[in-house]
Amino acid sequence: MRSQSGVFWRTFGKACRLAVNLLIFAVFFVPFYWMFLTAVKNLGQTLRLPPAFWVSAPHWENFGKVFDAIPFFSMLKNNLVMTFGIMICQFFTVIPAAYAFARFKFAGGRFLFGLTLATMMIPAQLVFLPLFLMFSKMGLVNSYASLILPWATSSFAIFMLRQTFKQVPQELIEAAKLDNASEWKIIFKLMLPIAKPTIVTLGLITFILNWNDYFWPFVLTTNNAVRTLPVGITSLNIVDGGVKYHILMAGNVLLVAPALAVFLFAHKQIIKAFTYMGGK
Amino acid sequence: MSDFDKVIDASKPLAIPIPRMAAAERFFRSTARAATPYIMVAPAILTLCVFVVYPILYMIWLSAFRWDMIGPKIYVGLGNFLDLFSNQDFYVVMGNTFMFVFFSVSISIVLALLLAIYLKAKTKINALLQGFVFTPYVISMVSVAFIWVWLMNSEYGLLNYMLGKAGVSGVRWLEDSRVAMYSMILVAVWKGVGYNVIILISAMHAIPNQLYEAAILDNTKPLKMFFRITLPMISPTLFFLTLMNIIASFKVFDQVALMTRGGPVNATNTLVFDIYQFGFKFYQLGYASAEGVVLMAVIAICTVAYFGALSRRVHYGAEI
Repeated sequence: MRSQSGVFWRTFGKACRLAVNLLIFAVFFVPFYWMFLTAVKNLGQTLRLPPAFWVSAPHWENFGKVFDAIPFFSMLKNNLVMTFGIMICQFFTVIPAAYAFARFKFAGGRFLFGLTLATMMIPAQLVFLPLFLMFSKMGLVNSYASLILPWATSSFAIFMLRQTFKQVPQELIEAAKLDNASEWKIIFKLMLPIAKPTIVTLGLITFILNWNDYFWPFVLTTNNAVRTLPVGITSLNIVDGGVKYHILMAGNVLLVAPALAVFLFAHKQIIKAFTYMGGK
Repeated sequence: MSDFDKVIDASKPLAIPIPRMAAAERFFRSTARAATPYIMVAPAILTLCVFVVYPILYMIWLSAFRWDMIGPKIYVGLGNFLDLFSNQDFYVVMGNTFMFVFFSVSISIVLALLLAIYLKAKTKINALLQGFVFTPYVISMVSVAFIWVWLMNSEYGLLNYMLGKAGVSGVRWLEDSRVAMYSMILVAVWKGVGYNVIILISAMHAIPNQLYEAAILDNTKPLKMFFRITLPMISPTLFFLTLMNIIASFKVFDQVALMTRGGPVNATNTLVFDIYQFGFKFYQLGYASAEGVVLMAVIAICTVAYFGALSRRVHYGAEI
């Protein structure tokens, strides 16, 4: 009797778990499936009720219509220039600053580090108005400079990398100094190899956040010259005077697919990176 | 101290021969050495000063003027703030913003806690589900917004089709001013909850297993175990996560701009979107700057409250 009810509860528990698993799967997967499915429907199929949950003859030409409607490849290039421009700039501003804050005691150092930490709390959404005015005064609206320069450093990355540099044993540095290594040589030959995992992690986060960014390129561009993909896709919202969801979703697939591919390929590292970001 | 250190310490004055240098060269070298840290931090600090500190000061200064971007700036002192606080719409916007922050953060955190407990065991299926829950976080808000605009389409959307099967008809997710804000909150939670889940799971994994083993020996009930062990142990992470969520929610712009443009009748208009409207659509830069100062004050209060509470908690912890 007792063991029988035990079996019952165990089976019941397993069934519940399966149901919850399926629910989680549905909530987080179906929206993406619906996007992919809509992207290969035609107009008539998107407006049919009940909706089809499978398309036997996919309309690949929707993607061609996306390329006709927006300068897709120039926007892709802009996205790459902006994202990698930011990453390269951050590489050269963050590493020396983190090293100096970790390894030197200098007058004003604590103040400057405090300033760096304080700026961590200030989002782009707070400073976009004065920055836009600044860039428009300099004639730099619609330029790569206005997309990249404000993010040329990252106080968050400085903070993280400083922690890593601080953990490097002092003996190693003393030994290098005995060999007459310059500070710059110590950074590039000794510190960087040790801090490589942190730097890769920070690079991954920077890449994802800036690749996806909508707000900044939206605010700082007024034409298609340097507009990035996330902003460009939004102009598909209205094609030929009305919302064509199949075209919009096709554009969306083109925007999402690279990110999804990277995530599928490196989801362990990416999840680890963001865990690291939130864990400090 | 290791033997290695002793060797270095003892040999310092002897083993490094100080070469004879001209006074000028010595002066140059010591100056260069003293300047090194400043040279190293200069690029980062200059960038922060030009692109964060200066704009903030400029915004505060601008909030004291009336300016349409073309004509002359007219000094009005606190006039913009008086305008702001006597404008009914501003209270609507602030109300919307606080509502969005409160519901999206609290729902997201509670849901993330439940999901983290449910998915924390290290199994293959859990790893897979964690991946699914986290996916929207690494996707651009643009995609997320358009996917949901389509799902929430009141005539042809999948959501209303499925609700129709369940007997609920024709919810106007984004067109009904009573519903629209909740739809925005739903999308924000869907996109952001995965981040909270993985952070909470990693915090739960960091709890020493002996605590649970001891509790199991005492026949402690699972619910009690959660409130007595898990929750206190992850509370610093939970606290930090909540602050990050609050700040991130206050700056909500993308989904408003992409899904509703603040409508219907201002029902989803939030602070940053309003700043954008007043700055770039109505060209009232002083007024928009004053709103920016309000946003800055809100974020500053949250941050100070966080660190205040944190130091209290640490102090409290030290007493035990």
